[in-house]
Amino acid sequence: MKRFAKLFKRFDETTKTNVKVAALVDYFNDAPPNEKVWAIAIMSHRRPKRPVTTTALRAWCQELTLIPDWLFDETYHVVGDLAETIAKLLPDTEGAEDRGLVYWIELLIALRDKSEEEKKTTILAAWNALETFERFIFNKLLTGGFRMGVSQKLMTRALALHLGKDENEIAHRLMGNWDPATITFEKLLLDDSVGADQSKPYPFFLAYPLEDGLESLGNPTDWLAEYKWDGIRGQLIVRNGAVFVWSRGEELVTQQYPEFENAAHLLPDGTVLDGEILVYKDDAIQGFHLLQKRIGRKSVGKKMLEEAPVVLRCYDLLEWQGVDLRAKPQIERRLLLGEVLQGLPENNLLQCSDLVSFSSWDELFLRREESRAMNSEGLMLKAKEAVYGVGRKKGGWWKWKVEPLTIDAVLIYAMRGHGRRANLYTDYTFAVWDGDVLVPFTKAYSGLTDEEFRQVDRFVKQHTVDRFGPVRSVTPELVFEIAFEGIQKSTRHKSGIALRFPRMKRWRKDKPTREANTLEDLQKMLAQYG
Amino acid sequence: MALLTFTDQGIYCPRADVYIDPWKPVKRALITHAHSDHARWGHQHYLAHKDSAAVMRLRLGDTINLQTVTYGEVIKLNGVDFSFHPAGHIPGSAQIRVAFKGEIWVVSGDYKLHEDGICTPFEPVRCTHFITESTFGLPVYQWQPQTAVMAEIDAWWQHCKTNGLVAIISAYALGKAQRIINHVDARIGPIFTHGAVENTNVALRASGIRIAPTKHIDAATTKNDVAGALVVCPPGAMGTPWMRKLGPSQTAFASGWMTLRGARRRRAMDRGFVLSDHADWRELNEAVLATGAENIFVTHGYQTAFTRWLTEEKGLNAVAVKTLFAGEGDDEEGKDLPA
Repeated sequence: MKRFAKLFKRFDETTKTNVKVAALVDYFNDAPPNEKVWAIAIMSHRRPKRPVTTTALRAWCQELTLIPDWLFDETYHVVGDLAETIAKLLPDTEGAEDRGLVYWIELLIALRDKSEEEKKTTILAAWNALETFERFIFNKLLTGGFRMGVSQKLMTRALALHLGKDENEIAHRLMGNWDPATITFEKLLLDDSVGADQSKPYPFFLAYPLEDGLESLGNPTDWLAEYKWDGIRGQLIVRNGAVFVWSRGEELVTQQYPEFENAAHLLPDGTVLDGEILVYKDDAIQGFHLLQKRIGRKSVGKKMLEEAPVVLRCYDLLEWQGVDLRAKPQIERRLLLGEVLQGLPENNLLQCSDLVSFSSWDELFLRREESRAMNSEGLMLKAKEAVYGVGRKKGGWWKWKVEPLTIDAVLIYAMRGHGRRANLYTDYTFAVWDGDVLVPFTKAYSGLTDEEFRQVDRFVKQHTVDRFGPVRSVTPELVFEIAFEGIQKSTRHKSGIALRFPRMKRWRKDKPTREANTLEDLQKMLAQYG
Repeated sequence: MALLTFTDQGIYCPRADVYIDPWKPVKRALITHAHSDHARWGHQHYLAHKDSAAVMRLRLGDTINLQTVTYGEVIKLNGVDFSFHPAGHIPGSAQIRVAFKGEIWVVSGDYKLHEDGICTPFEPVRCTHFITESTFGLPVYQWQPQTAVMAEIDAWWQHCKTNGLVAIISAYALGKAQRIINHVDARIGPIFTHGAVENTNVALRASGIRIAPTKHIDAATTKNDVAGALVVCPPGAMGTPWMRKLGPSQTAFASGWMTLRGARRRRAMDRGFVLSDHADWRELNEAVLATGAENIFVTHGYQTAFTRWLTEEKGLNAVAVKTLFAGEGDDEEGKDLPA
């Protein structure tokens, strides 16, 4: 574990991307091939299934340290990370013989079928054999996601350097379904002779927000525009008569959206479409709240299929007749996409995300204003000459969202954050006035600078009225402008309202609490935009 | 009438009419130590340990009316006995013992139990009422031995030197800065200081406390001078033009808060070293139990948790008390910079 732990220690000791990449390259140069496969799997979120529950982990930790429930909770809220909390609460050990990552992973995999008592004995022995930081990394493998300050992009870059290969090729090889327990490093990254896995998706091309204004893009005739849909980014693959649907998080979601099984009858083999999965009902795109009901569900019942049927709004063609088209210019892919979709039998499943026509930037500006009415978030701008890139890149694609809706609200509750916001009050609940009463209606965690968060943290600590577990209520004195993308009716919230992507746009230090907005203002917005 | 009470001005002894570490101007103030949240400006008369004197005059002005005492010396005020006992926090820091007819209170200010090599080590004082801080009053805070932390700092400094970078470490200008200066391996290179640290060094040396040789960074200092050096500055100096003129560097922060990975990452510094002048969880527990006191007043820090711990797990009569003491602030920026 020392080698793997050292990698993350080096990440922790720097904020510089090139130093992180160098640490990864050193690691890959040093680690044996089977360990490298597991390291790649873990850093691309293909961790083995957890053999024990987090509840059991904390119970064992408490048993060893004699820490009561409430004190464990209090500590966990301050640390903001369960793996770290447990690693640090356990007594220091001398450590034992160093065993590699593969040993520990195999141990965890073997644990899955063991009795609870055997699990406990094994985990306790592991804790005792690892020093604090190694123990933390070990616990990270057992709890939550393995988010450790390294993006898949950095890992891919480091692998490319390690192997002397092209970054995009590595990114593509790492996509899709592969099992770190059975695949070799050779086969995963080097072997060209084996046929590609038929379900393998292409890396998604992602856009940055346009910040510099339309004029910075040059001539309008060099650009295509289309509506930006608020759904789930999806890649639909038809190969050898089988359909695969991948979400942007590299999750195979075919079973969750059985509607797409029919695509095999519509499309020929060797076709890959890129688009947005959306709920489509009564001849119109529906808001995100309906789609949300289907996210995370493994199986979908008949009722759900009727209540929230999905379609794919397609905007790119990545593969046609088995040929990878990603290096072709956007305009060519777009024209071919149009032809392909038009040539299909009558269906509502695969829809074309139509181009928005415009002849000047001024005209496009007006078109963007219409987006909200269409349940769209704004526009996507794509250079006619753009190739389909890998990951988030500047230049070829831009997202240009409509201005968010805003409302002024009063901060009433605060909780400590997680990760780099541990032990800092950064998670807030906001309220609007309903007569003389403040009604909570949304939470928001982002949008302030580090300095502003520090100031609010200090305010919270000095103006605490009451504590409910980790939540503090504070005197209602601070007003913030909350920006959000959409507003929906909700039965789950006291206010009857749910916001989409709420965040703090501005700290209204100029505004007295009394002048914050009202529930009536929110209800008017709901009537207009909901 | 209780011997000590908590008022809007600070901790007050009505019988002797004196305050301990008051935060509003009063007639007579007894000061546990020279940190700015305990030794505040504007009192008519100060009483402090002799090793606090030079720094208090530096910070509060030469004109303050200051009387000093040594550890263990008893001062009688209207029949109440006052004495100062080592708190082990910083040079001159004291626990103030207040005794009257068998009722004994100890105001511990800030303290730590492990020896730091620059101040007189903490001594437990038996009492009936103990006022304790709780800055690091959660079990996740557990300090490593000072030698281990210094070895980490040395290794980092050596690494910086080898890579042609100046090693800039920020630490509280009074106490922790000198702890680092005295215990890093001076064979690696010269130690330079920011003005706020150097002023404190001068004051402490004048009180007869040995501080290893340091060079003050002034207008004449060049990048060549600081090549391979360790630079010690207060947290507020990080990221300022002052720092940038030192050339290519790595930055580090020495604080108990660096225990938590989240806090370390939030600072966006290259390194975080876990070094504190406050008691960790074990030390807080040990200190409280060593007093034999039944009544514990918990001030600044994780008050609610530590109070509940002492009440429910240790069976003590503990209450949380609100004060304006800051402890080891997570955001000490600017607090220690010269005006």
